[in-house]
Amino acid sequence: MKTPLKLILAAAAFALAPAGALAQGAPASAPAASAPSDAISANSQVAPAQPEAMSPPVTPDEEPSNAQVLSSSAARTAPDAAVGQPTGAMGFQPQVTSIGQEALWFHDVLLLPIIAAISIFVLGLLLFVIVRYRRGANPVPSRTTHNTALEVVWTLVPVLILVAIAVPSIRLLAHQYDPPKADITVKATGNQWYWTYTYPDHGGFEIVSNGLSDADARKRGEPRLLAVDERMVVPAGATVKVIVTASDVIHSWGVPAFWTKMDAVPGRLNETWFKTDRPGIYYGQCFELCGARHAYMPIAVEVLPPAQFAAWVASKGGTMPGASPPAGPDSTAVSPVTNPAPAPGGSEATPEPTLTPGTATPPVTNQAAESSRGN
Amino acid sequence: MTDTTANATHFEAHGAHAAHHEADHKPGFFVRWFMSTNHKDIGTLYLIFAIVAGIIGGLVSGLMRTELAEPGLQFLQSWTGAGASVDEANHLWNVLITAHGLIMVFFMVMPAMIGGFGNWFVPLMIGAPDMAFPRMNNISFWLLVPAFILLLGSAFVPGGTGNGAGVGWTVYAPLSTSGSSGPAVDMAIFSLHLAGASSILGAINFITTIFNMRAPGMTLHKMPLFVWSILVTVFLLLLALPVLAGAITMLLTDRNFGTHFFDAAGGGDPILYQHLFWFFGHPEVYIMILPGFGMISQVVATFSRKPVFGYLGMAYAMVSIGVIGFVVWAHHMFTIGMDVNTKMYFTAATMVIAVPTGIKIFSWIATMWGGSLTFETPMLWALGFIFMFTVGGVTGVVLANGGIDNNVHDTYYVVAHFHYVLSLGAVFSLFAGWYYWFGKMFGKMYNEVLGQLHFWLFFVGVNILFFPMHFLGLQGMQRRVPDYADAYAGWNDVATWGFYILAAGMVFFFLNIFWSLMAGRRAPDNYWGEGATTLEWTLSSPPPFHQFSTLPKVD
Repeated sequence: MKTPLKLILAAAAFALAPAGALAQGAPASAPAASAPSDAISANSQVAPAQPEAMSPPVTPDEEPSNAQVLSSSAARTAPDAAVGQPTGAMGFQPQVTSIGQEALWFHDVLLLPIIAAISIFVLGLLLFVIVRYRRGANPVPSRTTHNTALEVVWTLVPVLILVAIAVPSIRLLAHQYDPPKADITVKATGNQWYWTYTYPDHGGFEIVSNGLSDADARKRGEPRLLAVDERMVVPAGATVKVIVTASDVIHSWGVPAFWTKMDAVPGRLNETWFKTDRPGIYYGQCFELCGARHAYMPIAVEVLPPAQFAAWVASKGGTMPGASPPAGPDSTAVSPVTNPAPAPGGSEATPEPTLTPGTATPPVTNQAAESSRGN
Repeated sequence: MTDTTANATHFEAHGAHAAHHEADHKPGFFVRWFMSTNHKDIGTLYLIFAIVAGIIGGLVSGLMRTELAEPGLQFLQSWTGAGASVDEANHLWNVLITAHGLIMVFFMVMPAMIGGFGNWFVPLMIGAPDMAFPRMNNISFWLLVPAFILLLGSAFVPGGTGNGAGVGWTVYAPLSTSGSSGPAVDMAIFSLHLAGASSILGAINFITTIFNMRAPGMTLHKMPLFVWSILVTVFLLLLALPVLAGAITMLLTDRNFGTHFFDAAGGGDPILYQHLFWFFGHPEVYIMILPGFGMISQVVATFSRKPVFGYLGMAYAMVSIGVIGFVVWAHHMFTIGMDVNTKMYFTAATMVIAVPTGIKIFSWIATMWGGSLTFETPMLWALGFIFMFTVGGVTGVVLANGGIDNNVHDTYYVVAHFHYVLSLGAVFSLFAGWYYWFGKMFGKMYNEVLGQLHFWLFFVGVNILFFPMHFLGLQGMQRRVPDYADAYAGWNDVATWGFYILAAGMVFFFLNIFWSLMAGRRAPDNYWGEGATTLEWTLSSPPPFHQFSTLPKVD
């Protein structure tokens, strides 16, 4: 658990280099990355943004072309072979959301033992009657056709078992439908045959997410038929509200490791959510028959530490919530542009003032981010 | 008025004339098989039809399993034809899954169970000379033939990306409307219209027959459980199929006449189609299994040499399954973006079905308890049915939980579940009925060795085929895909080997038919002995062309 996490962080940190290069300017990436980390992870347990993550020197000329090809999450956080994708195991994928863990517990600890016990019980009864009441052992059949007590028992006992199942089942449903206040909203639109992701809280930029060809996936060390060119990126520890819809036919947006699945229906805005503290790549697919290339519209969600998420947003030309639009002179009083003090408000975790006052992109402040949150 | 009188006289005269000849007076070949009004002949036609459709549907699944044996596309493109694009090949995949589903549901299981065994044995078991409406019975069958031709033909006309209807057996809009241009989907819809009309006519016929033509003394509570199962089934058909007919007609007008029932852009709603479809679709799955329940009850009682345990509980368990089956449909739609209260209701209601189903399982076991069991081929299928249906049933309880379904919805877990209740449930009961009544229907005994070989190969194969699909589904493999992530390769390979074992088993099924019809021992009237107590065993094997000209008396 620990080691892959570190690997992911390191890779994510590396990702910032080209990301920064793509952003308005390298200097802006530092505050943009660090300041909103507090805002987004305000109610999460995730470790605060790592200043170390910013430590690799920003070298704007490091593989810029590659960055353009591979997109912002360019250094492509490597997928974890055991989490977030199928492994060929016999059970569910490891769950990284609280809902997923609750559901997994419900299935593995309650449902699976119950159904296995029932099946084995029936099998045992069958084998018993096959042996005990075979013609050789019991040549004269009884004429018993009724036993009211027995019939009442085998009606009531299943009822009790079902009640025992129904209670945690209903509780799970209630939890699934009672999300915490959303920290970020992503709109996922199913199209024949790719997904687009829009970030309405971050300037409304759009990501077009196409499945990778087998060769490209192999080149990048990602699983075939699950890898995409542009991942949906979200911050760790944030409650992500996903608005799911479709532009043509019905698709279904599902990520097994989140225990999340929602049909994308044209003309409807369906809402689902997930929240994971664990950075990483989580693969899913389209789960509703949507035409010829139904098998080829994978989903890849990249969960980044908040700092890197902010950098990614910036690399996409988006803005963090509360940030003024790039050339906006109408910033509020808390904006460092109007108050060019060396330490921008909100984050104390940026000892290195890579910020150059007067840059076109004002850093985001905590207060501003707070004020514009919620939707 | 005068006409009616004249006709009545005519029939009177004809009857008197016929009475002079033997009761086994059969018409010539063409009249007998193409203008049939005899329930046994029509039943035989249905069974032949179901076997033909089963061969085609089974070959389609063979194609699918062969393609799925390994990750990547191996064969689809070559099957699509020279010069076919990858998209056309992938469209062919969707055509295959659609064809497999529709053929197996509408042209194999339903015709075999209701049209085949229902036609053959409902009149015999209730002591009736024939069905209430013999000529309607005939058109019920002959509507199926053009329906099947339309469905097969749809594979050869444009259906969007390629030839054929690639919309899944559920035919969800808008993939089936704006998403599939060309006549293929229209042909598939017409096919369902005809098959639906056939089933509705059949349902009317069975209801009338069972309510009005029971022999003296045969009260409803004395009817064999197979007749009960058909009675419940045909009520489900009568109530559910018109809804399907309406839904697919709306599809048709959406496709061709500019209506917008299911088009959000015109004020419609794609989800409306799903509600209509599953309001039919869920009762439909009980339509496919209830006659199987009935057959298993007959077989278990016969080979236990003991009456069915808890007869009334068994009959009313089927009635309650039928009733509850109409109020659980939206558990097929848990991921459409449903209100939490709705989801809780459908979760709870669905789980309730486990109670009457459990009553049936335990009653079958109790029937065997204290019995004197022998294990001829029909009994093997029945025992296999009871256990495999239990396995399919308990995974149904898992799926019933809306919160769990969130992850396994539209995955192979669902595929495993419904094949356990259909391919190992309904099909096992069909084979049980086939071997149980083969001698009665055709006058020749089946070969026990070939029958057992068929059972064991099929049983082993079908489990190797479908059990690993649970693992694939839990791991997140989505349904209806020709290619899959490499992590799913292992279990898919196992499943494909299971199919080949199953297919080898089917060789013995066909061998058995040919061997038995050619060289089978003559079947006596009641070849199962003391355990077979229903009325068909009082008749010769095969029964006379017209039976019960004097009605039997049941005490």
